[in-house]
Amino acid sequence: MNTVKTIFILVLLASNAINADLITVAPEYEVRYQNILEELRCLVCQNQTLADSPSDFATDIRVEIKEMLEQGATDKEILKFMSDRYGDFVLYKPPVRPRTLLLWFGPFLLLFGGVIIALTMIRKRAVAESFKELDENEKQRLKDLLKSEEDQEDKN
Amino acid sequence: MIRFLLPAIMFLCLAGFLFVGLYKDPSLVPSPLIGKPIPTFAIATLKDPSKTITDKDLQGEIALINVWATWCPACKQEHDTLVHLSQQVGIPIYGLNYKETDKPGAIQWLQDYGDPYVFNLSDENGRIAIDFGVYGAPETFLIDAKGIIRYKHVGIMTPQIWQSQFVPIINQLENKVAQ
Repeated sequence: MNTVKTIFILVLLASNAINADLITVAPEYEVRYQNILEELRCLVCQNQTLADSPSDFATDIRVEIKEMLEQGATDKEILKFMSDRYGDFVLYKPPVRPRTLLLWFGPFLLLFGGVIIALTMIRKRAVAESFKELDENEKQRLKDLLKSEEDQEDKN
Repeated sequence: MIRFLLPAIMFLCLAGFLFVGLYKDPSLVPSPLIGKPIPTFAIATLKDPSKTITDKDLQGEIALINVWATWCPACKQEHDTLVHLSQQVGIPIYGLNYKETDKPGAIQWLQDYGDPYVFNLSDENGRIAIDFGVYGAPETFLIDAKGIIRYKHVGIMTPQIWQSQFVPIINQLENKVAQ
């Protein structure tokens, strides 16, 4: 069992190593390079970032980005280079535009709607509760309270 | 009443979106390059490495740019359609030979199966393809006489797709020129 596990883990590690080995970036660009790759979607393996994807396409783009970094391009320029060619779809964080307004603010709209529904329900329930008839215990307590109040007044 | 209606409406909305989503192919990404000029480049052709082709050489007529390579099985499937389009329909087709692994094989392929291309750009490292927003093969671009990209089809070209997707746009372009 353990051998199987070890082999499995080694295979996983090896597949990572293949990706990492292909391109080496100068140390001063390494952090920016990784960050940019994490922000970009691979169009071949669409649920992977360019950092993770093992596809040839991703490799080509990684080479391109590496070279742009070395030529002094800013992060913004590189992201624009990608979205100019492949559309906003490659950006994991799409820009705020009329078309993406619902995407950006839809969840807040839903939250707002939910809060309103919850508030009306709570209020309705509270109103309904306040009209409930008193049970025996409560009637007794009310009587006692009124009585103690009368006693107080008598004393005064 | 609203207690039942509101959730029902919300459910129907959600179901509607998901239902439409079922029939959409997520691998088809709309290209932002539609309506933009083709990228600039200068590169050798597949058959003659000493000859340099630039983006200007692709302008002048409504034409197709077809991305292909010998490593791409789907490209073989669409090849007959391309040959038909170039010979019967008479539209110029420029090839973008994308990251070719076997150049002599590519030339042989054109001899064996027919050559629909005016010429082929030999994009060995895929740099020009990146500028075209290519992310696989085959892909086929429709460009107008000024070199503006008018349409892009991802996947195999078939007579049906030609008729339904390309012909209407070409008719539109030709009408505009005639006016």
